[in-house]
Amino acid sequence: MDWSQSLRLIAPEETLSIASLVLLLMAAWGGDKAAKLISVLAVAALVAAGVLVAPALCGGHMGADTSAFFGQFRADAFASYAKILIYLSAAVSLVVAPAYFDRFKAMRAEYPVLVLLASLGMGMMVSATDLLTLYIGLEMNSLAAYVLAAFLRTDGRSAEAGLKYFVLGALASGIMLFGMSLTYGFAGTTSFAGISASMAQGLSNGALFGIVFVFAGLAFKISAVPFHMWTPDVYEGAPTPVTTLFATAPKVAAMVLTMRVAIEAFGDQAAAWQQIVVFAALASIVVGALGAIGQSNIKRLMAYSSINNVGFMLVGLAVATQQGVSAMLFYLAIYVAMSVGGFVVILMLKDADGNPVEDLGKMAGLSRTRPGLALALAMVMFSLAGIPPMFGFWGKFLVFKAAVDGGMIALAAIGFAASVIGAFYYLKVVKVVYFDEPADVVKGESDVWHKLILVLACIFISPLGYLASKWLGGLADTAAAALFSGL
Amino acid sequence: MSGFPILSLMLLVPLAAALACLYLDAKSARMVALLATLANLALGVVLWMNFDVGGAQWQFQERHELFSGFSYALGIDGIALLLIELSVFLMPICIGASWNSIEKRVGEYMAAFLLVETLMIGVFTAQDIFLFYMFFEAGLIPMYLIIGIWGGADRIYASYKFFLYTLLGSVLMLVAMLWMVHTAGTTFVPTLMTYDFDPQAQTWLWLAFFASFAVKMPMWPVHTWLPAAHVQAPTAGSVILAGVLLKMGGYGFIRFSLPMFPEASAYFAPLVWGLSMAAVVITSLIALVQDDMKKLIAYSSVAHMAIVTIGLFAFNPQGLEGSMLVMLSHGLVSGALFLCVGIIYDRLHTREIARYGGLAINMPRYALFFLLFTMASIGLPGTSGFVGEFLSLGGIYQVSSWTALICTTGIILGAAYMLYLYRRVVFGDQKNADAAAMADLDLREYLMVIPLGLAVLWMGVYPESFIAPMRADIAALDARLARAKPEGDAKLAMGKEKPAHEEAAHEGAH
Repeated sequence: MDWSQSLRLIAPEETLSIASLVLLLMAAWGGDKAAKLISVLAVAALVAAGVLVAPALCGGHMGADTSAFFGQFRADAFASYAKILIYLSAAVSLVVAPAYFDRFKAMRAEYPVLVLLASLGMGMMVSATDLLTLYIGLEMNSLAAYVLAAFLRTDGRSAEAGLKYFVLGALASGIMLFGMSLTYGFAGTTSFAGISASMAQGLSNGALFGIVFVFAGLAFKISAVPFHMWTPDVYEGAPTPVTTLFATAPKVAAMVLTMRVAIEAFGDQAAAWQQIVVFAALASIVVGALGAIGQSNIKRLMAYSSINNVGFMLVGLAVATQQGVSAMLFYLAIYVAMSVGGFVVILMLKDADGNPVEDLGKMAGLSRTRPGLALALAMVMFSLAGIPPMFGFWGKFLVFKAAVDGGMIALAAIGFAASVIGAFYYLKVVKVVYFDEPADVVKGESDVWHKLILVLACIFISPLGYLASKWLGGLADTAAAALFSGL
Repeated sequence: MSGFPILSLMLLVPLAAALACLYLDAKSARMVALLATLANLALGVVLWMNFDVGGAQWQFQERHELFSGFSYALGIDGIALLLIELSVFLMPICIGASWNSIEKRVGEYMAAFLLVETLMIGVFTAQDIFLFYMFFEAGLIPMYLIIGIWGGADRIYASYKFFLYTLLGSVLMLVAMLWMVHTAGTTFVPTLMTYDFDPQAQTWLWLAFFASFAVKMPMWPVHTWLPAAHVQAPTAGSVILAGVLLKMGGYGFIRFSLPMFPEASAYFAPLVWGLSMAAVVITSLIALVQDDMKKLIAYSSVAHMAIVTIGLFAFNPQGLEGSMLVMLSHGLVSGALFLCVGIIYDRLHTREIARYGGLAINMPRYALFFLLFTMASIGLPGTSGFVGEFLSLGGIYQVSSWTALICTTGIILGAAYMLYLYRRVVFGDQKNADAAAMADLDLREYLMVIPLGLAVLWMGVYPESFIAPMRADIAALDARLARAKPEGDAKLAMGKEKPAHEEAAHEGAH
């Protein structure tokens, strides 16, 4: 393994680093007038990075050849799958942003740069095969995200969201670092392969504590119960394009990171963490569903919905099989499309003055005034609820199939039954939009980019999505195989 | 005909029309919906004509590996054929019933109905277990919207109840399906129907499927969503709900529970009998005291569906054929009854029985058709209701004479509540001036009730046309169930040589 090989493997990260630095300079000299141009260039950088990572996924790269910098970093098909989703989500959050920020005259040049830096951090997270790389990636993402949450500086809610996210995020990072230090202390190494080798013989109490703390930190990042409290506040307070980002890319990154840590580092001791994951999965499903029922703000509702969906994804991890990981990856792709669709609808909900409408009551009777928008919202809701024939069903189906095939039938039965609770509040949104008398608040023209992204997302989550299931399933299988190839 | 994807076409026609309706104004949406449903009816006739009675068990098969995890596999046997015919027959009538009564958001309404038609046909044609599940579940979405948007005053509650009840039932079924596919290694329904699952596991699988189909059917005591949904749904919604959607439960039993889990079905048969007996008596009595016409018919549906379940769990050809005929007959008759209620509801905008009376005077032709359907609901010989109920009860008598005895009271009670309803609405004095001023049937209404009336009489006078296509399938199912068949208590013997010693033993006991 020589340096040039390593540098070749991290080409997407290099692209994003250089692009973000150059764009930062442009922002410094060009000022906010250049914001749109910088956004376009940032999207181009993300596309370029996406093109650079794609071969690893399509070619099914795995094994030692994909390892860079002496086992610190791995650019295999698994990481590549996640990176494509991350870059895609980041690009979407850049494309939808100008129409939103222009309203507040807050389209600042830092926004695309921060998104790029966050994407870079997330790319490192999913490629990390060492606790230190993991932590650097995580913090790089998080610090950019804290700033993004507070991006509307004059808005009290946004500032509050940023502060809350920062304080709780720092706490979670601390917990995780503590877990890492314990793991390092007992395993004598920070590399995942080394940890796995040292734990193959058995697990001491201290190492067990290490695992628990690492998982607690990760649970915070994926907002799994009981570390979910920050999610509704941050989702509500952050500007909607930023929420779109939070609901998608960091979720993918943290989820994929959790998979890698669980399988690569602690895979031999699956019994030690399976119970934690089962608990987090079921608790997230139930709390996400119950918490959403009382919400009247649609962004908060989407936050609980994301907690709920994280619970379903964790079912796939709880099984700790290759099939489960593949199912989770597939689910992540659908989840990204559903979240993007949902938040773009929210972005398009504006009253006559162009102010965002977030209150559920003000959306009453939307189907009469804006039928297309209402249809899209209903599709997203039914898809999130996992009602066939929407594509969201297939994500749930696959993780539960993995659970049943892995012998965890009780988990599948309880999880499915709990999904009925969730259906209730998704139905509530449809009820408000379709059954209630029109409040006629939502007005105004929608941005053409919003429409385009919404249509694409809706096509993907519609029954037409099943036509892509073979192709996407093949990619998810390749990615999952790459994760398990090292074991 | 072989090779032509007629089933896909029958799915596609309403689907395409549904999408078109979303973009059309009220008038053209009605027209497009009517034409699409009539086209599908024509396709249904072609399907029946080309169905080879006594030929291969599965016909018109199509199979494309479009998706991962499941395939697009369609195909029908005689049982599915009949239920498809019922669906395509009722759909134009539903569109007709909504012609004037639906005034707001017509395009969306018609789109929802056409979507329901696609999904119903999908349920009956799907040969892949997961494809079946998708069609089965997806039907919830348009029905939820139909009840919630165009329903009555209490529609929100009814739509939630409908959705969540049926969803909870079917998610458990999905877990069972996943396990079955994992064990049997195939998603192809005909293969699964001949796969022998471990009897121990069958118990759980049967219960999971039962949770779904019993709710859909609906069986007592999980029937409570039905009256709510029926009362609140618009007329056509009630017709399609009673006419076809309830049949999905019966179809599920006959396609999945019975052939896939014969041992468990036999083991749980007494449970089904018990629930059915309770349903017949209790819901009939409830129907007797209703003031609301739709509620009354909704409760009578539960009672009729109980006759279906006892026929299904009689484990003999009579019972199975009888329950199929009850399903078909009930589809026509309850649809027609809801239509009759809808006809007068359109005029007076109330479903309260006391607000009507003496309609025989000002609406004699309406009274005639209403009488025909009332009699068919009671099960008068010569109407469709008689054949099915007689066969079902005859079938169950061979297995459990007590069940037959109690369920037969359903016929008596049925006569009571239906005649009581008919007397209060049609006979007697004209108590209300506005009810007395109502006009008789118009052309549109004739066009809806006459086909229904003819079908009811056809099925009653010459049921062979309907039994013939499914005879071989029922025989195959009976053969499959033979090994688990519970022993009957009714020791029937053809009328020859009475065993003398048994007689003597009887005498001695006295």
